[in-house]
Amino acid sequence: MPRVLLLIFMLLGVAGTAVAQTTAEPAGDGEQSAPDVANTPEVSKENSLRASLAKFKSRDFDIKAEAIEEIARSGHERGEALLQALLDRALLHDLAGDRIVLGEQSEQGWALRDPISEEDVGSAEARAARPVIINNRLRQQIRDLKSITALANPNPIKRREAARRLVGNTNPAVLDALRARQAEEGNSLVKGVIDTALNIAVLRDPDSQLNERLNAIDAIAGNLEPAVSNVLRERIQQSDAIAERNAAERALKKIDLRTERYETADTLFFGLSLGSVLLLAAIGLAITFGVMGVINMAHGELIMLGAYTTFVVQQIFPDGHEWSLLVALPAAFLVSAFVGIIIERGVIRFLYGRPLETLLATFGVSLILQQAVRVIFSPLNRTVVTPDWMSGALQINPIFSLTYNRLYIIVFALSVFFALQLVLKKTRLGLQVRAVSQNRGTARAMGIRSGRVNALTFGLGSGIAGIAGVALAQLTNVGPNLGQAYIIDSFMVVVFGGVGNLWGTLTAAFSLGIANKIIEPMAGAVLAKIMVLVFIILFIQRKPRGLFPQRGRAAEE
Amino acid sequence: MRHSDLTTALTDRTAKTFLGILFGAVIIVALLNLLVPADSGLHVSSYTVSLLGKYLCYALLALALDLVWGYCGILSLGHGAFFALGGYAMGMYLMRQIGDRGVYGHPVLPDFMVFLNWEELPWYWHGFDSFGFALLMVALVPGVLAFVFGWLAFRSRVTGVYLSIITQALTYALMLAFFRNELGFGGNNGLTDFKDILGFSLREDSTRVALLIASAVALAGAFVLSRWITGTRLGRTVMAVRDGESRARFLGYRTEHYKLWIFTVSAVLAGIAGALYVPQVGIINPGEFMPLNSIELVVWVAVGGRATLYGAVIGAILVNYGKTVFTGVMPEAWLFALGGLFVAVTVFLPQGLVGLAKSLLKRKRQPDTADKEADHEPA
Repeated sequence: MPRVLLLIFMLLGVAGTAVAQTTAEPAGDGEQSAPDVANTPEVSKENSLRASLAKFKSRDFDIKAEAIEEIARSGHERGEALLQALLDRALLHDLAGDRIVLGEQSEQGWALRDPISEEDVGSAEARAARPVIINNRLRQQIRDLKSITALANPNPIKRREAARRLVGNTNPAVLDALRARQAEEGNSLVKGVIDTALNIAVLRDPDSQLNERLNAIDAIAGNLEPAVSNVLRERIQQSDAIAERNAAERALKKIDLRTERYETADTLFFGLSLGSVLLLAAIGLAITFGVMGVINMAHGELIMLGAYTTFVVQQIFPDGHEWSLLVALPAAFLVSAFVGIIIERGVIRFLYGRPLETLLATFGVSLILQQAVRVIFSPLNRTVVTPDWMSGALQINPIFSLTYNRLYIIVFALSVFFALQLVLKKTRLGLQVRAVSQNRGTARAMGIRSGRVNALTFGLGSGIAGIAGVALAQLTNVGPNLGQAYIIDSFMVVVFGGVGNLWGTLTAAFSLGIANKIIEPMAGAVLAKIMVLVFIILFIQRKPRGLFPQRGRAAEE
Repeated sequence: MRHSDLTTALTDRTAKTFLGILFGAVIIVALLNLLVPADSGLHVSSYTVSLLGKYLCYALLALALDLVWGYCGILSLGHGAFFALGGYAMGMYLMRQIGDRGVYGHPVLPDFMVFLNWEELPWYWHGFDSFGFALLMVALVPGVLAFVFGWLAFRSRVTGVYLSIITQALTYALMLAFFRNELGFGGNNGLTDFKDILGFSLREDSTRVALLIASAVALAGAFVLSRWITGTRLGRTVMAVRDGESRARFLGYRTEHYKLWIFTVSAVLAGIAGALYVPQVGIINPGEFMPLNSIELVVWVAVGGRATLYGAVIGAILVNYGKTVFTGVMPEAWLFALGGLFVAVTVFLPQGLVGLAKSLLKRKRQPDTADKEADHEPA
């Protein structure tokens, strides 16, 4: 109901402005127009807002600061948007009409809108209006005010974000607001951040007592906010009291220790996510190479096909970014599995027992697939839109956060792995696959159609490559060379883990991923990769059959 | 066997035919380039001379691979690395020859080092101003790398597909390393802008012809050497390793020594091919280390036919000629053609063109005993 009222009043107000202009009265900001409704609270609120806005015509920054304060306190629903416009240089002083308006740059100059109703109020030449100029002090003021407003947000996550923005701030108005909020805040996380902010304020306050400061240091020791370590360092340099300096040093040490621990966790997380990518890329290969003994150099291109399927699905459903991945997953599986079965029936079938020839022939296939994609989709990279639920990060603390896309990749890779284990261990197809891979002759004698099993197994491995492609499309560019980038890594993972052993592949993928990320900060990304490659080359020399070699008669060729 | 010493390796019919065709063609091209005026229809452009020289370098590289793959059964997917290392060694000599004629005019440092603000020559660049030292390195660097790598691999009995994949990883790792500016080999751009070799300008026709002849001589020398090696007792053992490694080992042969030996010789030959290649194309960059190059090389040998030596040469020249034609006429189709070639050769022509020709000839001569005369074909 109040909204409808407001709308009506606004319309009246605009009509009044229009009337005022047609009757050639001096056009102000409309605050004197429409006198017949001036007594309602909404309108008086609007009028006072217009009056505050009018202060921006002044060149004096103090007056502008006053206006900002007034707008923030007005409680008017346009207040926040107007302050943002001020930050964005979208609030103009229209010199011809001598009024404050919203403006957007257009071809002729400025397209002007009323600051409150947002109605179109004509245009101005480029020189006839200029953005209201603010300085850094005012910008900071606006930001503080916005954060203070956000402190009252019903969503605790928003409140916590707002409080974190205010940590280290010494503006008395901000501190008052924080204290007020601290008293009524129910959420302990938000409260913790506010306490930190207030404690830092105590340390920065030249009039605070020594024991107050010591208590404050105790309270913030181990806190990972960057502002905390800054203020502690300040105190170590500036404080006259030995007790305070010692306390600050101890607190800093505690922070360093925790930082180190979280950095290790960060490296581990990155290593795990890289490991999952490797696992996804290698797991299909673990089936075709590990279980069937077929060297499929086109494996990378099957991954690439999966990625391109994701792209095509997104083109078909341009509005379905949030759910199109769910369509892309089965589609990619089918596309890659289909191509894989064609490769098996068309080429590999003739080359069983000749691994080197298989390697060459499938390499030829990979060249053809790459070039086909180049011809169909152009050699340029394509972008796949990441759905909203995959962007962003889970902020654990100021220095440690888990990005959602990596988190999902880890979960996804593991689910694919276990699903595959289930298929191989619990289904009829899985039983047949294992039988054929152990002894083709005997399996055939038992009535298993080995040709069909080969085709299906190869299709399964290829389909999983396609699924990997869907996941990789979220992380890297989708281009014709996508597959090549992963083929050598995938082989390394399978060989390192031990051929024919899915658990070995899992272990190898995660250990290589983590090793890579541990070496990376010391030696750089490229050198880390080289070192891992060299390590694997040396490792294969020591244990030619990988970490977990197959034992028994099946292992002999 | 038919040939057991160097003279027979030089004078039997295959060798005579091969060397005759090779030198005949090279001399005709050289004469047509140098003596026939440029406006005559018979003139061979210096572009063609360099192109032919390039093919001969590829042929030498293919020959080197045939020695390990055809005769010893080691499918190396990293021979491009040895080729590139030989090329870099020669490139370093050519860089030092530029002297103060570079863009920045520094008397000692190559342009890219000046550009990277390097103060002095890294230690491993010293000595490359001498041609003799560079030649030594052309053979030594690939040779030592192959020796160390092979020693580690063969001793722990890494064979078959595993060996192929780690050789591929080797060249991939080298590629990543050479792409780095910090390594001191020009990073992404590699070594280029060469001016002259042994005082002769690389732009002169006569220098190009001389390089072509040098390539032909190197190819002929490698051909004779390889034929001689495969004819000796040592070469016979290598082939025994290919056909049944365990059996050869049980008979008392240290198979890993034989493999290591042939692998190292092959790497040195590949390095020489690279060294002859670089002055003729005028650039060497990390792209030469790409795994794709090494695999393409395998297809040259497969197309020509393994374990014949001349088959590898024929394959290298044919496939590269095809590549030149294709990439000129319709560049998009080349990779389709190459990919198709991989599949077709492995599925339909396991013995390559030479094998096809042989079986056709045999069928013509004696239709019923076609299989009797199985030469040294791989298992």
